[in-house]
Amino acid sequence: MNLDRRLLLLVKQYPLPFIASVVLGALGGALLIGQAALLSSVISAVFLENVELVHIVGLLGLFGIVSICRTVINWASQSEANRGTLKIKKLLHQQLLHKISDLGPPYTESIGSGQLSTKLLKGVEALDPYFSQYIPQIALSILVPLFIVFAVFPADMLTALILLVTAPLIPVFMVLIGKAAQIATEKQWQTLSRMSGNFLDVLQGLTTLKLFGRSKERVRSISEISESFRHSTMKVLKVAFLSSLALELVSTISTAIIAVEIGLRLLTGSIAFKPAFFILLLTPDFYLPLRQLGTKFHAGMEGTSAAKDIFNVLEKKGFQKTSVATPSSLPAISKEPIIFEKVFFSYTGDSSYTLKNVSCRIAPDGVTAVTGPSGAGKTTFINILLRFIDPQKGNITLGTTDLQKIGRNEWQKMISWVPQHPYIFNTSLRENLLLANKDASEQELMQAIEYSCLGPFISSLPKGLDTPVGEQGAGISGGEAQRLSFARAFLKNAPILILDEPTSHTDPGLERQLLASMNQLVEGKTTILIAHRLSTVENADKILVFDKGSIIQSGTHSSLLQEEGFYKSALLVFEEDSTS
Amino acid sequence: MKELLRLLGIIRTYHWWMILAATLGFATIGSGIGLLMSSAYIIAKAALQPPFHELQLGIAGVRLFGLARGVLRYIERLVSHSTTFKILSGLRVWFYESLEPLAPARLLQYKSGDLLQRITKDIDSLENLYSRVIAPPLTAIMISALLWFLLGSFSPMFSITLLCFHAFAAVGIPLFTGHINRGTATKIAGIQAELQSTTIDFVQGLSDLMLFNRLDDHMEKLYRLKTDELKLQRKQALIQRLHEPLIGLLMNSAVLALLWTLTPQVSNGTIDGIYTAVIIIAVMASFEAFLPLPDATHHLETSAAAGKRLFEIVDTKPAVPSPLHQEPFPANCSIKFENISFTYPQTFSPALSSLSLQIEAGEKVAIIGPSGAGKSTITGLLLGFWKPSQGNIFIGNRSIRNLDAETIRKNIGIVSQKTYLFSTSIRENLLLAKPDADDKELKNSLTYAGLSSFTTKLDQWVGQHGMKLSGGERQRMAIARMLLEDAPIIVLDEATANLDTVTEKSVIQSILGLCNKQPAKTLLVITHRLRNMAQFDKIVVLEKGCIVEQGAHHELLKKNGLYASMWSLQHRQTPSELLTDS
Repeated sequence: MNLDRRLLLLVKQYPLPFIASVVLGALGGALLIGQAALLSSVISAVFLENVELVHIVGLLGLFGIVSICRTVINWASQSEANRGTLKIKKLLHQQLLHKISDLGPPYTESIGSGQLSTKLLKGVEALDPYFSQYIPQIALSILVPLFIVFAVFPADMLTALILLVTAPLIPVFMVLIGKAAQIATEKQWQTLSRMSGNFLDVLQGLTTLKLFGRSKERVRSISEISESFRHSTMKVLKVAFLSSLALELVSTISTAIIAVEIGLRLLTGSIAFKPAFFILLLTPDFYLPLRQLGTKFHAGMEGTSAAKDIFNVLEKKGFQKTSVATPSSLPAISKEPIIFEKVFFSYTGDSSYTLKNVSCRIAPDGVTAVTGPSGAGKTTFINILLRFIDPQKGNITLGTTDLQKIGRNEWQKMISWVPQHPYIFNTSLRENLLLANKDASEQELMQAIEYSCLGPFISSLPKGLDTPVGEQGAGISGGEAQRLSFARAFLKNAPILILDEPTSHTDPGLERQLLASMNQLVEGKTTILIAHRLSTVENADKILVFDKGSIIQSGTHSSLLQEEGFYKSALLVFEEDSTS
Repeated sequence: MKELLRLLGIIRTYHWWMILAATLGFATIGSGIGLLMSSAYIIAKAALQPPFHELQLGIAGVRLFGLARGVLRYIERLVSHSTTFKILSGLRVWFYESLEPLAPARLLQYKSGDLLQRITKDIDSLENLYSRVIAPPLTAIMISALLWFLLGSFSPMFSITLLCFHAFAAVGIPLFTGHINRGTATKIAGIQAELQSTTIDFVQGLSDLMLFNRLDDHMEKLYRLKTDELKLQRKQALIQRLHEPLIGLLMNSAVLALLWTLTPQVSNGTIDGIYTAVIIIAVMASFEAFLPLPDATHHLETSAAAGKRLFEIVDTKPAVPSPLHQEPFPANCSIKFENISFTYPQTFSPALSSLSLQIEAGEKVAIIGPSGAGKSTITGLLLGFWKPSQGNIFIGNRSIRNLDAETIRKNIGIVSQKTYLFSTSIRENLLLAKPDADDKELKNSLTYAGLSSFTTKLDQWVGQHGMKLSGGERQRMAIARMLLEDAPIIVLDEATANLDTVTEKSVIQSILGLCNKQPAKTLLVITHRLRNMAQFDKIVVLEKGCIVEQGAHHELLKKNGLYASMWSLQHRQTPSELLTDS
């Protein structure tokens, strides 16, 4: 039946519009019965009594008034459902945003940004038909047929009995249709999304196909795949549509039976024309709401599948603990070391730890380099430092202050971060830089640009600093993005600096300039540096070597060269390489 | 409207299917009308208490139409679904055929992944083109015509009266609501675009927003945009929700109007009273065909908008025209760039200016230089993705203008920094390079590329975009593909940048080994990391689109120019010196 309990709870949050919608819809049903009564009186008078037009003007006028009322009421009913739906959409959107910001960057990076923004944008919208059409229709498909049976009962018991006998068939068919429609919509949806996924894959790989000189022959495979998807889907649909065929037949055959049954009794004179015609007018409307429910089932299906996605996010547990912030006790950061004591972290929440028993001391005023093979836990370590996640076990202190005692916002204000793939916002370059410090003066801005070697790039742009970047704007390369991020760090000028492989995209000439300005930036700050390259590691005051979630070596460049281990062997490869 | 006509032109191959489906739709609604008419006929006739056999015509009618309606509806649904799938497939083939000559040059100006996703979504949205845009008006016209003849057999007056109401339902209401909502849809689209980019900023820039303490501002902006969108949606819905009730109102008005004209004719005996009920019920039932029409205008707009976006892309001119007369691919694979200049569209400074370069067959050449020097442009031009603005490129003394682009690409094995793997099996991805390769060849090339572990799982799915493999594995897959293609020219464009030092070294060794096998292959390596440089016959140093130096490694070191300074920068402290300290 697609009545997801969590979705119904949302209806409970804003019950009034939905109740109003159903009440109005039911009232519309009652007016429908009134219309049928008026119409049968008019036609009976015209047909059997051969009355003049003037005698039925009153009835016709009444019919017109009821029609107008019904139009307004039906409209009001739908518009109320829409009002409730919009409230729910707004609520869900807010809840999702909050949840995503609570889950933080490790979550958004793990799930793929495209998918997540689709959920935020399309997922919430996909719920619209569920609330605005499907939910009210369920109530009406029970209420309106009931009304009609009550109206038919005094007019003709036999017909009311026929309706009542076919009525139990309806829930049976609803279940049947429900199941079949579910299979049909699922299959159809699957086919459509597989066809479109396949097509997207081919489009994205078009350059590759061209490189192998195979792009032209792909046309055939596109149509072949589409054809085979179509065949398999049609097979399923042939069966799935059978149940709605059955429902359709119940409705048409009942109408036929009632027509014949009444006709025969009219012959014997045991029923009059007026009630007979009244019943005939109402019979199709008895089955109509149910048939409509069948067509709206699609909306219901889409709603539940969208809901599944949305609640998957909403019910996720974050990795952040609530911190007991006491802002007054904030120590002077640059004087205090950051100390990790037996820190454990697991993304799955069980004992498969990404970080295991990590203890270290990050000295103030110096550069601590973090290195190790990929997957060693470097990123997790940084995520903990950035407080995007909190460890499950162990302690982190700033001097003697527990990190949990410092508000997350307060802590993050003290950090500048230069990630490996910085994000450039869809605004102008200037705004992208001012993000770091909205009160920065023009002079500070220029200085940051100079330090991060962005000058030539910016002057090559048509509108300089005010050039819009992002979608249609100037294409920003990875190296340029990293330099922008560097400039942001200069502007923010926070006491703790975290750099992730800071010069990985640039060419050698630029690297030298950047290293020089980096030395300037590092001055007087607690600096943590993730690095793979020798040139960036060797000058660090302390090097932490990570492997499989633990720190396996630590020391300075020269002390690490004394011992056998990852560091030395990685270096040997480099050496062999550059002298060849 | 222009877009719609063009779309119709593309899918016109399926016009028989569409007509069939629409006719079935007409027959379905027609049977519904027939069922109610014959029911009304039975009741009206029986009210006059004739002998039983006079009812038999009506009884046969209800029996026939009652069954027909259900069965026809079933067939109609199947045919129209099948037609929709056919149309979608036709649209995809059409679009692919139009896009193929444009890639990759003309697609670079769009952010690739994003654009392609939008295209697929646009094509998907054309799913509604047949069932919601084309079919409903066709069916409605046929039903209206049916009623015209049915009522016309009583009095032309009735036909004209009903036609007015039908026309109002089909044209008047959609025009009216469409007019009121005209601006709203555009405004909603505008807000949605802003909402989309702000949401992407939120999701992708979350860490920056947190660290710069801007998260609250940004979320506030998102709430505001969403609220604005919902407000406009409300306005739109209030009008859209009028459709159904209004068509109901029109139906009742038609009933009133017909009763008005019919009653005098019944009372003066022109028309048999039996038909009062029959006509009125037929009029009511005919409006079923008009219910989907207002929605059709809405879908018409979305389809036209999707079509417009697709046509905009398709109508771009390809960057490289196909050759007028084709020459066969030369046996000698030397490469010559003669005075080549090239500027990318929408940029100001040239990527290459007056570049001349000669590479002999079998030679191993490295092209180096800082980023933005024009290294990759050389590959793009050689592969015929772009047309040089000036100068000529020769392969074995034949200008590539006179060579078929597909043949050129089949003869150049290339591995670039970004490797695209299709979401199929390892085998399928390899077969791309050589469709008739047997398993032994596949396994050999995998082993050669350092992926011997893959030889036992050829049929394993590589994941979406090959994401089940690591970056290094994907890169080595590309190398295996290149080996399998066995082309006489090999281009490595930053091919090993994503590999760790140890793997990089072994991969380079195996490629060099391959190139030295007779007949020797022409090798072109583009890199900014100066490693293993002594192995190249020639090193070409590019800066700002010009060649500043060329020669062998040791010659260039002696020159003490840009190459020497880049070398010393990357090797400024040789680890051997460091290690000897310990």
